[in-house]
Amino acid sequence: MTEHDVLSRFQSTGAQTCFHDRHIEPQIFAGLTGANWRLKEYEARGGYQALRKILGQNGAEGLTQDQVIATVKESALRGRGGAGFPTGLKWSFMPRQFPGNKYLVCNSDEGEPGTCKDRDILHFNPHIVIEGMAIAAFAMGTAVGYNYIHGEIFSTYERFEEALEEARAAGYLGDNILGSTFCFQLHAAHGFGAYICGEETALLESLEGKKGQPRFKPPFPASFGLYGKPTTINNTETFAAVPWIIRNGGQAYLVCGKPNNGGTKIFSVSGDVERPGNYEVPMGTPFSKLLELAGGVRAGRQLKAVIPGGSSSPILPASIMMECTMDYDSISKAGSMLGSGAVIVLDDSRCMVKSLQRLSYFYMHESCGQCTPCREGTGWLWRVVERIENGHGRMGDMELLDSVANDIQGRTICALGDAAAMPVRAMLKHFRHEFEHHVEHKTCMVPAYV
Amino acid sequence: MIEIELDGKKIDIEQGSMIMHAAEKAGTYIPHFCYHKKLSLAASCRMCLVDVEKMPKPMPACATPVTQGMVVHTKSSKAVNAQQSVMEFLLINHPLDCPICDQGGECQLQDLAVGYGADETRYQEEKRVVLPKEVGPLISMEGMSRCIHCTRCVRFGQEIAGDMELGMSHRGEHAEIETFLGKTIDSELSGNMIDICPVGALTSKPFRFKARTWELSRRKSISPHDSTGANLIVHVKNNRVLRVVPLENEAVNECWIADRDRFSYEGLNSPDRLTAPMIKQGGEWKTVDWKTALEYVVHGLSMIKADHGAKSIGALVSPHSTLEELYLTSTLVRALGSENIDYRLRHAEFAQSNGRARYLGLPIAALPQLQRVLVVGSNLRKDHPLLAQRIRQAVKHGGEVSALGDTQPKWAMPVAHTQVVPTAHWVQAIADIATAVALEKGIAAPVSGQVTDDAKAIATSLLSGDRKAILLGNAAVHHAQAESLLALCGWIGQHTGATVGCLTQASNTVGAQLAGATPGVGGLNASEMLAGGLKATILLNNEPVFDSAVGISATNSLKNSALVVTLSPYKTNLEFSDVLLPISPFSETPGTFVNAEGRMQSFHAVVKPLGDSRPAWKVLRVLGDMLGLDGLGFDSAQAVLEHLALKGASESGDLVCPSRLGNLAALPSSVVSTDVVPCVASIYQLDGIVRRSPSLQMTADAQPAAREVLA
Repeated sequence: MTEHDVLSRFQSTGAQTCFHDRHIEPQIFAGLTGANWRLKEYEARGGYQALRKILGQNGAEGLTQDQVIATVKESALRGRGGAGFPTGLKWSFMPRQFPGNKYLVCNSDEGEPGTCKDRDILHFNPHIVIEGMAIAAFAMGTAVGYNYIHGEIFSTYERFEEALEEARAAGYLGDNILGSTFCFQLHAAHGFGAYICGEETALLESLEGKKGQPRFKPPFPASFGLYGKPTTINNTETFAAVPWIIRNGGQAYLVCGKPNNGGTKIFSVSGDVERPGNYEVPMGTPFSKLLELAGGVRAGRQLKAVIPGGSSSPILPASIMMECTMDYDSISKAGSMLGSGAVIVLDDSRCMVKSLQRLSYFYMHESCGQCTPCREGTGWLWRVVERIENGHGRMGDMELLDSVANDIQGRTICALGDAAAMPVRAMLKHFRHEFEHHVEHKTCMVPAYV
Repeated sequence: MIEIELDGKKIDIEQGSMIMHAAEKAGTYIPHFCYHKKLSLAASCRMCLVDVEKMPKPMPACATPVTQGMVVHTKSSKAVNAQQSVMEFLLINHPLDCPICDQGGECQLQDLAVGYGADETRYQEEKRVVLPKEVGPLISMEGMSRCIHCTRCVRFGQEIAGDMELGMSHRGEHAEIETFLGKTIDSELSGNMIDICPVGALTSKPFRFKARTWELSRRKSISPHDSTGANLIVHVKNNRVLRVVPLENEAVNECWIADRDRFSYEGLNSPDRLTAPMIKQGGEWKTVDWKTALEYVVHGLSMIKADHGAKSIGALVSPHSTLEELYLTSTLVRALGSENIDYRLRHAEFAQSNGRARYLGLPIAALPQLQRVLVVGSNLRKDHPLLAQRIRQAVKHGGEVSALGDTQPKWAMPVAHTQVVPTAHWVQAIADIATAVALEKGIAAPVSGQVTDDAKAIATSLLSGDRKAILLGNAAVHHAQAESLLALCGWIGQHTGATVGCLTQASNTVGAQLAGATPGVGGLNASEMLAGGLKATILLNNEPVFDSAVGISATNSLKNSALVVTLSPYKTNLEFSDVLLPISPFSETPGTFVNAEGRMQSFHAVVKPLGDSRPAWKVLRVLGDMLGLDGLGFDSAQAVLEHLALKGASESGDLVCPSRLGNLAALPSSVVSTDVVPCVASIYQLDGIVRRSPSLQMTADAQPAAREVLA
């Protein structure tokens, strides 16, 4: 078996997960077939029109930097990487008059368990990210950009490099783009697969060639970023949303979603559903609708709980989740986070202790080891959950878990500590009885569990 | 200035300061591990979390900038809860092996655990084990399971030593501090990592298991090696020096010392120590009492003076001896009627310096503020580890360092312009730079030179910026044309606004000049005395075979001297000496060293003299008495210092009067080359004490020189 054969076993073609015609009003995935990723086809879908628009092509007047930022602000586009920070506001933080280099970075280090949207965007529609970054670079006056791509998606990285070549050859990147005075150099960088490098300052460290460890903030990247220069970092999906906003206007994007939560969002639905995959739907779509698109819970099973925004977001039981709409505010009100939009569905065959054991192991494994609570605490959490799972739990363990998670949360340099603590606390909040059952009976409460 | 409130106390503090600085100013202690005032911020230990009003989370005091009106509580329940939880996390994987840990009793983790730790652990799983590392003869990394990952050692390497020898490899709980691929730690400042390690992960290998910290008496002293004059705290148990650590002095050594200062104490306890006077009779060495030995010396000196005249008597002295010892030796020789005294054993040129002592020319503490530095003829990093560290900080602040020497500088700092020239042509190279300066300024050059690209680059560098210095290293001062080099550098300094200084070789090089340890009119210099010009030779605290430019050939010429008296802490010079008088090393005598910047630093004995050895100032006084000489009758070392009256009237502290110091030299009329290669001691061959420290001799830095000595 060749190396390629081995790798290909782990690579989804995306056809089943992305091209199923069950998106609602798609913007990023609109018109994709899985094979039409090249520049010509992107242009045929209206690609690079937004860039032409702001640069004032074909006799039309272009947009100013302020107009671009105002449009993005109006759209209520919020960061798709997980934190949901208003993108227009972030762009306005960039000191545009700063002399010397400024950088634009795309965070494609998609490592959150459950999330696979950026991979598919980069793989099937790479030019939309390039165009979005070029527009952002124009708005903030940056001349150099990097796309940091997750280390474990090899062919996607190669394809993105190919797309960059196409864009450069067509004059969409490089010096004097489309004959204007705007210059923007965009490069791709391939990571090494560390989850922590998805944290923006760890990503910058890694991009600089150092060990990927988050920096203490302040100073924030907008003033001290890549190589100590002002830097803006956005998620792949955020950039991918920008061309549509520029073409159709901020108001149209806002209307598409709901107030304060503009546009569409790609949800990576995984777990116990009939048709796992990426679903692009307008913000504010009811969860029940999303579940329906994904074919519902596996045949013969009941919905037990949902992790609504990637593995680090607190788990919500079915009853709460079914009332939610899929947008930042609704999920936040329910006590969790929309995060990166990775919806992990758990049916009634799932043991919560086993699930938490798997999650805690992940965070222990991915802790960078820099600051004390996370380095020491993530391992402690996993060990306690593991002993409960293996029937060696003690009655005080639930209090211990909650206390250790509480000691980690809010006391670390970056959000990984919080990410490790939140699932633990939410699991205990909603499913404490399962843990108690494990401790008491040294066996699982879920009989069907295999 | 902005005002904040810390624990109810109003504090005015500069904008840009951190909460930690405000707390230091207010005298409030905030527990911390990774924060160190001389290192960059890591904010990773999280021990210093404090409660800041209007902030939802506890904030690290070390990395949170103060803002106007900020209200900070360091002892509120929110702050203390956070600190206690961090302490718990730090301890869960810590082995808690304090009873067998060398750090026990002086451990930051241990101390803070008393305040913030719980009585019982809630962690019942297996603890992490980190494998020991082997990193050379000075630092023990046996107890790496104790490491709390504060990365002080890593940052020290990157920022202070200039060479990142330790790093944190792996991730999460597997993160560990180690060298790259198991290399050794070879920095000449490595011992400081032991000091800054807040736990027992990095400990001193030579001190390992020698004593518990509470058994040690702590006494102040001054390092007797290089010209920094590093302030020391000597740890003593049972009248034996067991350890040396830095005494903080911002003006001199900050909180650092070089490995030479730290580990040389092993030489004080060397089996080589001379503990009783000895006389050679019929080729055999015999131990005698002091009276016999001194009478032998007095008789010998008197006989030789009578037979050959006082001018056949001379003294070769060490610049590592104290000011008092040097002054008394000089007085003794002169009272006998001779001008033959010299400390410049490694020099090749012996000009008179017009009564002013050559020195650094500027305060040590001013080095980090320099914007332009030209270092001539120096193995800067190894000859002057702490001065190099200061200049490294200058480079970090945007300063530009240029180097002129016979090898590529490896100083663990970026060097902007390098000119590599064989020592034979150094004067020409400096003349070239002077010519480039002259051309730029439209003035006449002091001597003829060529404006080469290298010379132009260095000249341009020196002509730009403010706060500049030209520093001459040991090789430049020991050069056969040292005066020409100094004079030409002086000319360049005069026309570029740079201060000119000599880094000076030894702990008391400046003091030796002030104490009159150079020949007067008609006197023989070190080279002439070592060439066999004497009938009676006094060797104070030196071993000419290792300490002089002539090296091994000193043996033959000194064999021709009818009487050779060695005053030394060690059994040495056996081949050519007739009498050995055991004197105290710096640790057993009071005395004074004058460092490169002209700072007089007096110290007391930290232990009693070993065996029958005696402080040299006493021995010299008795010799003077027995010889019937005047001017040596001092009652204490302090009285000698007062007699010398070196203190500047207007200068603060202990600085030598500026009128006694100066670096002026006469310009040469033409440039000629020389084939004399300057004599420079390797880092761990500098003096007798260092040479007898086994641990230092095992370091990578010592190896080339050790091989040379063996050969």
